[in-house]
Amino acid sequence: MSDITIDEVCVIACAEAWRGDGEIFASGMGVMPMLGARVARASFEPDLLVSDGEALFVANDLPVGPGLYTKVVEGWIPFRSVFDMLWGGRRHVMMGATQVDQFGNQNIACIGPWAKPKAQLLGVRGAPGNTANHATSYWIPNHGPRVFVPEVDVVSGLGYRRAEQAGAWIAAHHDIRRVVSNFGVFDFDTPDHRMRLRSVHPGVTVNEVVAATGFELAIEGDVPESRLPTAHELELIREVLDPGGLRRGELRG
Amino acid sequence: MGDKRLTATEVVTELADGMTIGVGGWGSRRKPMAIVREILRSSLRDLTLVTYGGPEVGLLCAAGKLRKVIYGFVSLDSIPLEPHFRAARQAGTIEAAELDEGMLQWGLYAASLRLPFLPTRAGLGSDVMTINPWLRSVRSPYADGEELVAMPALPLDAAIVHLNRADARGNAQFLGPDLYFDDLYLGASSGRRFVSCERIVDTADLVSAASVHTLKINRSMVDGVVEAPLGAHFTSCDPDYGRDEAFQKEYAGSAASPDAWAAFRREWVDISEADYLAKVRA
Repeated sequence: MSDITIDEVCVIACAEAWRGDGEIFASGMGVMPMLGARVARASFEPDLLVSDGEALFVANDLPVGPGLYTKVVEGWIPFRSVFDMLWGGRRHVMMGATQVDQFGNQNIACIGPWAKPKAQLLGVRGAPGNTANHATSYWIPNHGPRVFVPEVDVVSGLGYRRAEQAGAWIAAHHDIRRVVSNFGVFDFDTPDHRMRLRSVHPGVTVNEVVAATGFELAIEGDVPESRLPTAHELELIREVLDPGGLRRGELRG
Repeated sequence: MGDKRLTATEVVTELADGMTIGVGGWGSRRKPMAIVREILRSSLRDLTLVTYGGPEVGLLCAAGKLRKVIYGFVSLDSIPLEPHFRAARQAGTIEAAELDEGMLQWGLYAASLRLPFLPTRAGLGSDVMTINPWLRSVRSPYADGEELVAMPALPLDAAIVHLNRADARGNAQFLGPDLYFDDLYLGASSGRRFVSCERIVDTADLVSAASVHTLKINRSMVDGVVEAPLGAHFTSCDPDYGRDEAFQKEYAGSAASPDAWAAFRREWVDISEADYLAKVRA
């Protein structure tokens, strides 16, 4: 399978974030996280609930992106019900991050000072509530020192120290499961919850990851390579869930 | 039997400078754009919007109508960042109160239940608490003693929402997959609660066309009903029509320069609603 491409490795790395989650809402923001959730369910985590990106839970393997695909609807999930599931903890979301720091604080609000930002972004969206209530992962298609920063400008999603300071309940339910970038996979399974390099994608060296990261990563021994998609997963990605190749559009340079 | 039909122009005469207005919809979805267009044509100013923001925020920023925005996000969905809102934030010309999406829901819900606040964990530990120094926390009086955000009610002076159908008395119906939080804006407003809709129909036709579950907005929640075909354009209004992506792209491009905005304004803002609809349908 020498024709496997980096975007397909990234899809699997995103999908792996939901391994072991069982019967919860696997919520993906954007093409790659959404595709990851659908591949996870189709491949190794069959009890996950996935939505059409609007307001319906779909039971069938629905391709990502616009298109008049047949939906086997298994539930109704308008935004109000998303908030209910979220606060009830039956969800694991994968969001984007304009900035992420070594303790997993995430910023999607603005760059520069809040009062008069250099760049206004989306706003905090659901990140504060997501990270206080359930597992959260991040997908970052453009790994670099301006994204992996020592300190984020605005804490939208809580990292570990912020979560500990926010009280025992939040500390117990806060869980930054994975950060997946176009270079590798990261977690916080370290004694002080510093970001750890979990695996590098094929063709990427540890030194390249270190050079593109604006803080010191925890690196333990020989870092493994991110796993490749199985033949079945490749078929799912290419033929069933993303036949239009939308996943490639998220990887910039 | 109260007939609450009125025009978008009449809605705007009920609004005043400095009011806090809740705007229904979500991002670039089912926004009450016909009423927003009428606000753009009016002399109203110094408004505060409370919303899950879409292009109405950018348009009203660009037209200099806003003093403040209270929001969880502002986005055009298919174009993630709202360019005119960004420009206003980056120039420091508007006040901003940025909240977690769930906090915004809670603030509207608290106002609609006439409660001073509702407790939540959303926001704790994040910079939402520091960029909004007016937010307070509250300690649970029970054994857990947990510290929670006391999300204050967000009372509104007026609410504007756009739905698919309504009758003349203000019973209103959503036919798409999501009501969003439209009922909460109506509930949070002490008066001046306006629903625009694609079509006003006889009451009996509401449930003949769709299930009773689509009738979440009853007439006690509504003061005025506007029949406004394409009243959400260029945002989506499923299943009546989808988002006009080409138009939205043109709109987003109007933030490129003052000249681009002036041209967009001439073309699409400083014209009558009849001319707007004729041009869109052309």
